[in-house]
Amino acid sequence: MNEVIVVNNLTKRFGNFTAVDNISFEVKKGEIFGFLGANGAGKTTAMRMLCGLSRPSSGEASVAGFDIRTQSEKIKANIGYMSQKFSLYEDLKVWENIKLFAGIYGMKKKQITLKTDILLKELGFEAEKETFVKDLPLGWKQKLAFSVAIFHEPKVVFLDEPTGGVDPITRRQFWEMIYQASERGITVFVTTHYMDEAEYCDRVSIMVDGRIDALDTPKALKENFKANSIDEVFYQLARKAERKAD
Amino acid sequence: MIKQLLSFIKKEFLHIFRDTWTMMIILALPVVMMLLFGYAVSTEIKNTNIGVLNLSKDEITNNIIQRLDKSEYFSLAKNYSSYNEVEHSFRRSEVGVVIVFDENFSENLLHLNKADVQIIADASDPNTARTLVSYVTNIVAQSLKDLNKTPQTNYQINPEVKLLYNPLMKSSYNFVPGVMGFILILVCAMMTSVSIVREKERGTMELLLVSPTRPIIIILAKVAPYFIISFINLLTILTVSYFVMGVPINGSLFWIFVLSIIYIFVSLSLGLLISTVAKTQLTALLFSGLILLMPAMLLSGMLFNVESMPLILQVISQFMPAKWFISAMRKLMIMGVDVKYVLKEMGVLVLMAVVFVTISLKKFKKRLE
Repeated sequence: MNEVIVVNNLTKRFGNFTAVDNISFEVKKGEIFGFLGANGAGKTTAMRMLCGLSRPSSGEASVAGFDIRTQSEKIKANIGYMSQKFSLYEDLKVWENIKLFAGIYGMKKKQITLKTDILLKELGFEAEKETFVKDLPLGWKQKLAFSVAIFHEPKVVFLDEPTGGVDPITRRQFWEMIYQASERGITVFVTTHYMDEAEYCDRVSIMVDGRIDALDTPKALKENFKANSIDEVFYQLARKAERKAD
Repeated sequence: MIKQLLSFIKKEFLHIFRDTWTMMIILALPVVMMLLFGYAVSTEIKNTNIGVLNLSKDEITNNIIQRLDKSEYFSLAKNYSSYNEVEHSFRRSEVGVVIVFDENFSENLLHLNKADVQIIADASDPNTARTLVSYVTNIVAQSLKDLNKTPQTNYQINPEVKLLYNPLMKSSYNFVPGVMGFILILVCAMMTSVSIVREKERGTMELLLVSPTRPIIIILAKVAPYFIISFINLLTILTVSYFVMGVPINGSLFWIFVLSIIYIFVSLSLGLLISTVAKTQLTALLFSGLILLMPAMLLSGMLFNVESMPLILQVISQFMPAKWFISAMRKLMIMGVDVKYVLKEMGVLVLMAVVFVTISLKKFKKRLE
């Protein structure tokens, strides 16, 4: 089984409003899957359903081999998540954050201690072990948050606009970390507003008004839409949107 | 499960310990409140200036005036010779209360066994005025009673006023249960709701919800530290009131704790309820401040007597957990009555806790769907 995420006709309605309209796609193991769309296109709603935070109105999907309707608890144990807003505890120290989240995912104490040291060394954060997260620069926080999200070796990691507000150099480093994770076999599901980042993905899907209007490799997309960049592809599609961004 | 819960509780404690303001509110506020209400906002009367218009001028009235002056409540400030002076004196705020004996006071008393005495008080502050009048009345009544002891004639059967449970009318007896009701709801409801909403605001709640942690563990871990802290506050308040303020604990300590724990549960569940409604910390703060704290102070009988409020406020006060707690705590602690006399209050509080918990759990689930 090579498909880590399988989505079939997934729909989410809030009253009369169809936030996610009958989407289907598959994501392979170790793939970096870019999930693009304007604000209000339904990205976040779709992602929340895949994380087991929200129940679909119809359709089905499985993540890491588990049904999102019936096995959301199992899904939660097998995914990592990093959200748009920075989300580690600011008033906890670096190691306390790592320990807390690793503990939540059921890692053993010994394992946590061992891995924490390795991780800090890799990040070059050895000196920051006892630092409060609030005292770290934003880029460092973001890198740390990502490392925490994949600390327990999840099958899939969901990244919701992970590089918002970060400088280009840190973004670059961040994407290197994403590549490393994908090489280790972790599937990366990422939403972003930066179109240059979309070019780094293995495959990209573009959502418009709750539907997936395009899904392919960045190269193929550019060829199909006769565009020079994903940015252009995105604008061609997003122009058709009838729904207003919120 | 247990291990996870414990590590979460530890995390919550770290949040609390590392926030100076939270720590201050939690640890210093109870003591500050106690001292404030004990000494500054005392509704007790001490050394109020009293004026006398004595037209009778004889042994009996002089005796009464002396007694008033000697008492710790009053000090004789003015001796008037006419009614006009009395009014002037009040306008200049020279006195808080005036006692008037008319010309025939002693004569009437001796011959008719009955005499009138006039007590005038500044009622722009009605509570104080009421207290002052009752003090004066008591002292006058007491003097006349003592006069009767000299076995000449029986002038008059005086009403004997006896103040139960709080014979000295010490206001600390009244406010200690009040401060307890206030502090516990502050720590439990306000702090809990703010700490949950803070996680929503910062995005960490989302992180917890996508993790395999069960929501119930998150909630329990949020609530547990404040439960422990409230209990410590309870002990602080009791200790300060007993040893520093000299407020007696007449009832069973066991039931005082049981009652407090029930009340803590009600407050915690209220905090949960607020956190399901409020989206920002500010809203949570305002919610708990306006909906819980203000009414807890004003409508619970802590400062003002509920029975003398307009009907609508009386009705509203019935929905204040603090009102029931304070009433029960007064009975248990100051009156020292048996627990069976506070079963009604306890019942109401338990019912409130059940209702609040049910609603907030329902809301919590809905949010997830």
